[in-house]
Amino acid sequence: MNMAITNVAQVSLRGVDKVFTRPGKAAEPIHALGPIDLELRRGEFFAVVGPSGCGKSTLLELIAGLSTASRGEVAFEGRPIAGKIPEGVGVVFQEDASFPWLSVVDNIAFGLRRMNLAKGEREARIERALAMMGLGPFARSFPAQLSGGMRQRVCIARTLVTEPRLILLDEPFAALDQQTRLLMGDEVLNLWRKTGATIFLITHALDEATMLADRIGVMSARPGRLIDIVETGWPKDRDSRIVQEERFGAITARLWGFLREESIKAIGKPGAGGAGGKP
Amino acid sequence: MKPATLWRIGLVVALMLLLEGLCLTGFIDKLTMQPPHVMVADIVHMLVSGSLNAAIAKTLGNSAIAFGLAMIIGVAGAIGIHRFKAVRETLDPLFATYYAIPIFAFYPLLIILFGLGDAPEIFIGTMLGVVGVIVSTMNGLDRVPRVLLKTAQISGFGTLETAWRITLPYAAPYILSGAKLAVAYSLIGIIGAEFIMSSSGMGYEISFAYNNFDNATMYPLIILVLVVAGTLNAGLARWEKVLMIRRGLA
Repeated sequence: MNMAITNVAQVSLRGVDKVFTRPGKAAEPIHALGPIDLELRRGEFFAVVGPSGCGKSTLLELIAGLSTASRGEVAFEGRPIAGKIPEGVGVVFQEDASFPWLSVVDNIAFGLRRMNLAKGEREARIERALAMMGLGPFARSFPAQLSGGMRQRVCIARTLVTEPRLILLDEPFAALDQQTRLLMGDEVLNLWRKTGATIFLITHALDEATMLADRIGVMSARPGRLIDIVETGWPKDRDSRIVQEERFGAITARLWGFLREESIKAIGKPGAGGAGGKP
Repeated sequence: MKPATLWRIGLVVALMLLLEGLCLTGFIDKLTMQPPHVMVADIVHMLVSGSLNAAIAKTLGNSAIAFGLAMIIGVAGAIGIHRFKAVRETLDPLFATYYAIPIFAFYPLLIILFGLGDAPEIFIGTMLGVVGVIVSTMNGLDRVPRVLLKTAQISGFGTLETAWRITLPYAAPYILSGAKLAVAYSLIGIIGAEFIMSSSGMGYEISFAYNNFDNATMYPLIILVLVVAGTLNAGLARWEKVLMIRRGLA
C-alpha cells in the first residue's frame, strides 16, 4: 500500500463542537472545542498545533471515536463516527501504552487479536512491523528493558500491524529528548511513505509539525477553533535534514506568529501580549 | 543468595538451635515441648505411617477449595466494586474493619445454614480470605494507566475482555499479594473452624492432641501447617517477584 495524497476527503468534521458538562447544578459546562470544520485528504500528513488546553487531544478523540461530538458530525470515509470506533483507524498515544507484562512481539501481536487472520499472514505482519520499527533484535524483550523511544516504537508497531488507513498520533514524542524526536520523526515519515496511510498528528512542538506535516492546522485557545491552515509544500521524500532549509524557519515563525497571542490567552496573562502580535 | 535471605535462614537456624538446647537441658520440660529433632522425627513417622493422612487431606483439600473460592469471588468482586464508585465508597470502611469481626463466633449459625459437614468450614475459610483479595485487587486496578483503558477501547474490547486482557494482567502482581494473604487466611479459617467444632481434620487433631498432652501429634501437625503455608507463600512471592522484575520494578 503506497497511495499518493488525493483530494478525496477521508475524514470530515462539520460544525463540530465539544462541550463538557460538570457535576453539580451550579457548575458551568466547559466549551472545549469548536466549531470545527476540517477535511483530511487521503494519504496526507496533517498536524495540529495549539496552546495547552485548547482541545487538540479532544479533537483526536472525536476522530478516533473515543468521544462523541456535542454538535456537528465527524465522518470517516463517508460514514459518521458518532462515538463508535471505526475499523481502519489506529491511535498512538502520548503516554507509554505498551503492556508491561507482554514481550515486544506479544505487544505487537496484541493488535491482531480480534482480526481473524491466517497464521502465516499474522506472522508476516508482525515481522514487517518489527523490521519497519527496527525492533527485530528486541522481539523477546519486555518494555521495561527498553528506552522510552523504543517503547513508543513498540506502540507504533502495534498500531501498524492492523494496517490502518488513518493513523492518529497524540503527541507521541512528547516524552522524548530532542535528538530522539528528530530521529523518530524520520521513522514516522518513512512509515507514512511505506504504508500510504493518512496521518493526523497532535503536537505542541512547532518544529516537529513543520518538519513532518504537509498541512498544519493552528488552533486557538479554548474553545479550540482552527484559525489557520498552513501548507508546508515539502516534498514527500523529506526527512529531518529539512530543518536546515531556510523556509523551515519561516514556516515555524509563521505558526508562532499565530500561536503567541493564543498561548498568552491560554495561560491567562492578557497583559503579556502587548509586545508582539501576528506578523 | 542475598544477605537478607542468609540472615533470615541464620535467624531460623539459631532459634531452632536455641530451642533444641533449652529442651535438651530440661529448661523447657518434655510435657510442654519436644526438641525440634524429635518433632522432625515425629513428622516423618506420622507421614510414613499414614495415621493422619485422612485428616491432612481433608484440611488441605478444604483449604484449597476455600482459597480458590476466595480468589474467584475476590477478583470478580473487586472488578465489580471498582466499576461503581458509590459501591466502593460504601464498602471501603467495612473492608478496613472486616478483620475485627470474630467470624468463628458465627459457626453455630453457619451449621444451621449449611448443615454439618465441610461447608461451614469452607465458608469461614473463604470469608477470611476474600477481603484480602478484594482489597489487593482493587489496589492493582487503581493503578491501571488510563492510556491502557483507551487502548482497550480502540481495540473494541467490552468490559469483560478489557478485564481479562488488560486490567487483570496489569494488576497481576497486586492480585498475587492478595493470594498470599488468602493462602494464610484460608488455612487459618479451616483449621480454626475444625479446632472449635469439627470431629475431623488437622484442626480437630491438634485440638485433641492438645487436650491429651500428645506432643508427638500436636507439634508435627503445627509444623506441617507452617511448612505448607510457608511453601505456598514463597512460591507466590517468587511468582510476584518475576512479574515485578519483568516490569522493571524489582
